[in-house]
Amino acid sequence: MQDFSYQRPAALTAAIEAFEQAEDGRFLAGGQTLLPVMKHRLATPSDLIDLAGISDLEGISIAGSALSIGAMTTHARVASAAEVHDAIPALAKLAGCIGDPHVRNRGTLGGSIANNDPAADYPAAVAGLNATVYTDRRRIAGDDFFTGFFETALEEGELITRVEFPVAAAACYQKFDDPASGYAVVGVFVSRGSQGVRVAVTGATPCVFRMRDLEAALNRKFTPETVSGFCVPEEECNDDLHATAAYRSHLVGVMATRAVAAITDGEM
Amino acid sequence: MAKKQTVSFTLNGTQVDVVVEPRELLIHSLREKLQHTGPHIGCETSHCGACTVDIDGMSVKSCTVLTVQCQDAEVLTIEGFEQGGELHALQEGFTQEHGLQCGYCTPGMITRAYRLLKENPSPSEEEIRYWMAGNLCRCTGYQNIVKAVQYAANKLSSASA
Ligand SMILES: Cc1cc2nc3c(=O)[nH]c(=O)nc-3n(C[C@H](O)[C@H](O)[C@H](O)COP(=O)(O)OP(=O)(O)OC[C@H]3O[C@@H](n4cnc5c(N)ncnc54)[C@H](O)[C@@H]3O)c2cc1C
Ligand code: FES
Ligand code: FES
Repeated sequence: MQDFSYQRPAALTAAIEAFEQAEDGRFLAGGQTLLPVMKHRLATPSDLIDLAGISDLEGISIAGSALSIGAMTTHARVASAAEVHDAIPALAKLAGCIGDPHVRNRGTLGGSIANNDPAADYPAAVAGLNATVYTDRRRIAGDDFFTGFFETALEEGELITRVEFPVAAAACYQKFDDPASGYAVVGVFVSRGSQGVRVAVTGATPCVFRMRDLEAALNRKFTPETVSGFCVPEEECNDDLHATAAYRSHLVGVMATRAVAAITDGEM
Repeated sequence: MAKKQTVSFTLNGTQVDVVVEPRELLIHSLREKLQHTGPHIGCETSHCGACTVDIDGMSVKSCTVLTVQCQDAEVLTIEGFEQGGELHALQEGFTQEHGLQCGYCTPGMITRAYRLLKENPSPSEEEIRYWMAGNLCRCTGYQNIVKAVQYAANKLSSASA
């Protein structure tokens, strides 16, 4: 790992200030992506600004009809929190199937969505539940947050503080995971709420996206059979050592069908 | 070069200070500076769990934690398990049930299983497999690791009953 300076501010304003003063600063959350990336020297920041000392960034609460989760809240905490199980059980299940227990003990919601790995799980929930991302300077709609391959709407030095997930009437996340890492070969998040149906797909293509044509069809008729007429073309799918594009294209339909079936059967 | 920092934490109940560059990984401080060579390096890429230690009551991969992140932490490694010459129930279980072959994964396995049994004193086989998923073993096929954890669970629950 290349040399860097480390600091652990106790307040948000101090973290922002530290970033501005650094030559090439990076925020450190759980380090479960950033440290492996730095070992490979794919990132060589001059300064790491550890967010672990800022207690305001951690925690789970109900805010009206939404569930608010702090950026530094770990996957393990989201997976086990009673508030999440009560409000959005699909989100607790999603957090509980990320990686393994060790990764969940340190990995965070903010780090996961800031990184926007094409095979990450949380982006599917943010897009699939129409969540709102709050930062140190503004709020960003879930639909506008993920902009491309490892790309987000975050500006230089912009810090995610929390994410608000509206409580949907029903939701389900189905993923076909890579047996070695747990990452999604394909994951489909389906929700059904007052604003209609949402279908978000992760793992299949370079960036999470919504299947709007399928959403419209499911709004008319919410059955597993409805899914069969829709697919993500093979040409748009990722092709790598984990799965071929054809396989991923096929899996999108399988996972979407399972998610819709689980919701109609009431077993989320 | 970034300035070295002194980091203080508790290691198996003893207060330790270690002087590190910010980029030093906890596994390296433990093995090279603090002579705790129980936690092993299997992959150094966050996948195998051979480097598992317990930090503030949570299992973590010490190859994916910086030592500077451990200021004031409570760290537990395999070296902390034997008490007064007596093996911990998990160490006994791995011996009795042949839970190891080469033994490379074993310190991580036991350290992880310790936290699992604290959180769930009588896990089912399925629960053991789910909660031990961060620890890989290339020898045993896991069957006897599950049995070893069950052995320890039984022994610990009958001791506390
Ligand atoms: C073995 C293994 C298996 C995994 N399996 C899965 C899986 O199945 N599914 C899955 O989704 N993920 C998986 N992950 C990734 C894991 O979920 C990470 O926790 C996640 O990618 C984010 O890491 P982190 O929270 O530790 O953030 P870090 O690694 O600390 O940071 C990641 C990036 O986000 C930035 N960042 C962090 N916090 C903020 C913030 N608040 N505001 C702005 N920027 C910020 C950092 O600067 C950095 O660029 C796996 C990781 C490992 C090592
Ligand atoms: S050495 Fe740390 S996970 Fe393999
Ligand atoms: S006993 Fe050899 S790796 Fe587990």
